[in-house]
Amino acid sequence: MRNNLVEIICQESQKNKDIIFVTADLGFNVLNAFYEKFPDQFINVGIAEQNMTSVAAGLSLEGKKVFTYSIGSFSTLRCLEQIRNDICYHNLDVKIVALAAGFAYGALGMSHHATEDIACMKVLPNMTIFSPCDPIETRAVTRAAIQMKSPCYIRLGRGGEKNIHENNEVELNFVVGKAFPLSLGNDGCIFSTGAITSEAQIAVKELRKKGYHLSLYSFPTIKPLDEDLVKQCALIYDFIIVVEEHQINGGFASSIADVLSNIYEKHATLKRIGMKDQYTSLVGDTNYLRQQYKMDAKEIIRVYMENKI
Amino acid sequence: MNSQKLALQVRKDVLEMIHRSHASHIGSAFSVIDILAVLYTYILKYDTTNFKWKDRDRLILSKGHAGSALYAILAEIGFFNKSELDTYYMNGSKLSGHISHKNVPGVEFSTGSLGHGVCVATGIALALKKNQNKARVFAIVGDGETNEGSFWETILLANQYNLDNFFIIIDRNHMQAMGDISQVLETGNLDEKIKSFGWNTLTINGNDHKELLAAFKTNFCNCKPTCIIANTIKGKGVSFMENQLLWHYRDPQGEFYEKAKNELECLDNAK
Ligand SMILES: Cc1ncc(C[n+]2csc(CCOP(=O)(O)OP(=O)(O)O)c2C)c(N)n1
Repeated sequence: MRNNLVEIICQESQKNKDIIFVTADLGFNVLNAFYEKFPDQFINVGIAEQNMTSVAAGLSLEGKKVFTYSIGSFSTLRCLEQIRNDICYHNLDVKIVALAAGFAYGALGMSHHATEDIACMKVLPNMTIFSPCDPIETRAVTRAAIQMKSPCYIRLGRGGEKNIHENNEVELNFVVGKAFPLSLGNDGCIFSTGAITSEAQIAVKELRKKGYHLSLYSFPTIKPLDEDLVKQCALIYDFIIVVEEHQINGGFASSIADVLSNIYEKHATLKRIGMKDQYTSLVGDTNYLRQQYKMDAKEIIRVYMENKI
Repeated sequence: MNSQKLALQVRKDVLEMIHRSHASHIGSAFSVIDILAVLYTYILKYDTTNFKWKDRDRLILSKGHAGSALYAILAEIGFFNKSELDTYYMNGSKLSGHISHKNVPGVEFSTGSLGHGVCVATGIALALKKNQNKARVFAIVGDGETNEGSFWETILLANQYNLDNFFIIIDRNHMQAMGDISQVLETGNLDEKIKSFGWNTLTINGNDHKELLAAFKTNFCNCKPTCIIANTIKGKGVSFMENQLLWHYRDPQGEFYEKAKNELECLDNAK
C-alpha cells in the first residue's frame, strides 16, 4: 500500500509544487521513488516525530500541502498533541500517514504495532480518517486526501498487499465517507476496514461454500462514517460482524455502535472482532498474531456460525 | 569467557538468529555488540539466578532494534537457555525483534520506539538515588536516536539532579535509517554538545574493548552523569556489512550468509 500512496503523490506532485513530503527517517527503498523526482518537495527531519508534525503545521500555514510519514504509533500517538493543537485546531492541510496498521510489522514487537491509532485520531475534530484495505483503495483515498484542504489520517498496511476489490471501480467512484460492497447476500453482514479485510473476504468465501451468502462492506473512510449504510444494514440484519485490526475500544466498531445508539427501531447488535483491551505481547508474524488474538477468518466464521439463527 | 570471545560468539549467534528468522537490523546489532560484551564481562553487577536482585546494575537498550544482540549476550552468560535464541522472531517465541522484557530474564525494559528507554533510565537513576541504592544505570542510545527531542530533555534533567549513577553510551556509527547522519540530520560534535549540558564526556573507539573498559572505569570524581560517545562501525565484524546501510534492513541469506559465517570463523581462528 505504501508504494501505491507514493505513486499517487508522485502523480499529483508533478502538477502541484506545493506538495511537501516530510518523513521522520523512514521509507528506505520506498520514498526514493518520490525524492529522486522531487528533491525540493522532500524533507527528512530525522527521527523526530514531534518536530515533524509541528513543522508540517508551519509549512501548511504558508500554503503547503504536507504529508507526514512514519510507522503507526510514531506518526500518531508520539505526536498526538502536536496533531491536536498545531494541525487540527487550525484545520490545516496536513495528511498524516501511518504505516503498518495493526500487526503488519508482526514479530518486530508491540512498539511497532498500531492498535490505538484510530481511537486517538478519531476523537480529534476536523480530522478525516482513511483506512484502505488494498492498493486500489489506497490510490483512491490518497487522491481524495490531496483534493481536501483539511487534516487527514491515512492508515496503511505495509507493502505487497494484493487487491481485494476485483476492479478499480472504487477508484473511479470514490466518495469520502462512503463504504463499498465487496459482496452482497441476505444471510449476514460484515463491516471491515483496512488490510484485515482480506480475512473477512476469506470468511465470506468459506461461508458461501457452506451455503451462507453474506454481505461484506469495506470502509475506506472511518470518519466521516457511512451512517446511511450502517443504518440500512442495522435494520435488515439481526447482527453485524465488525472487523478491525485495532482495539475494539474506541475504534471502528465503536463508531458503528455510536450510529446504532441513535436508531429507535429494533436493530442489529454488533459482534466485534479486534483487540480486546490488551497489548500484543505475543511474538509472531501478522497471520500468527491475528490467529492468536482471534481476529482471523476462522474466528469470523466461528462468530457467524455461533450467532446465526 | 573474556569479552572478545563473548563478542565473537554473540556475533555468530546473531548471524544465525537473523539468518534463520529473516529479521532485520543485523548492522545495528553488530555495531553495539562490543559495548555490551565489555559491560557484561567486566562492569555490570548482575545475578543470573536472581535477575531482580535489587543491587544489580540496570542496563536499558534504548536502541531496541538491536535486541538480537542483547538476547544473545543474556543467553551466553546464562540468564536463559541458549536454545531460546533459535526461536528469535518466530511464531510463539518470547523474543520479539525489538527488545522485550516479557518473560525474558535479564531484560530490564522493552523498547523499540526510539527516545524512550534513555528517559526511563533517568527515572530509574533518580529512584535509585532516592532509595540510597548504589546500583548504576547504563542506557545505550543510537546516534540517530539523539535526533529525538526527548533525548535532550533527559540530558538536561540528569544534569540538574546530579545523577552520577547514570551512564549513557552513544553507539556512534554515523548512520541512521535513511542514510548517513551527516546527510539526514547533522548531530555535529556530540561530545562538546553534551559536555556543555554539564555532563562528563568521553569519546572512544566503541569497538575496542580496551578503550571501552578504560572509559567505563574512568572516575570523574564529581557528581555529574557520564556520556560515552563510542565511535563504532555499523555491521562491525563482517566486511561487506560494515558501513553499509542495506544491512540495517537485509537478512543474510545464501552466499551472503556463508561469507559472513566464514569471516566470523576466521576471526575465531585468528585468536
Ligand atoms: C520513534 C521511532 N521512530 C522511528 C523508528 C524506526 N527506526 C528504527 S531504527 C532507526 C534508525 C536508528 O538509527 P540509530 O539510532 O543511529 O541506530 P543504529 O541502527 O544506526 O545503530 C529508525 C528510524 C523507531 N524505531 N522509533
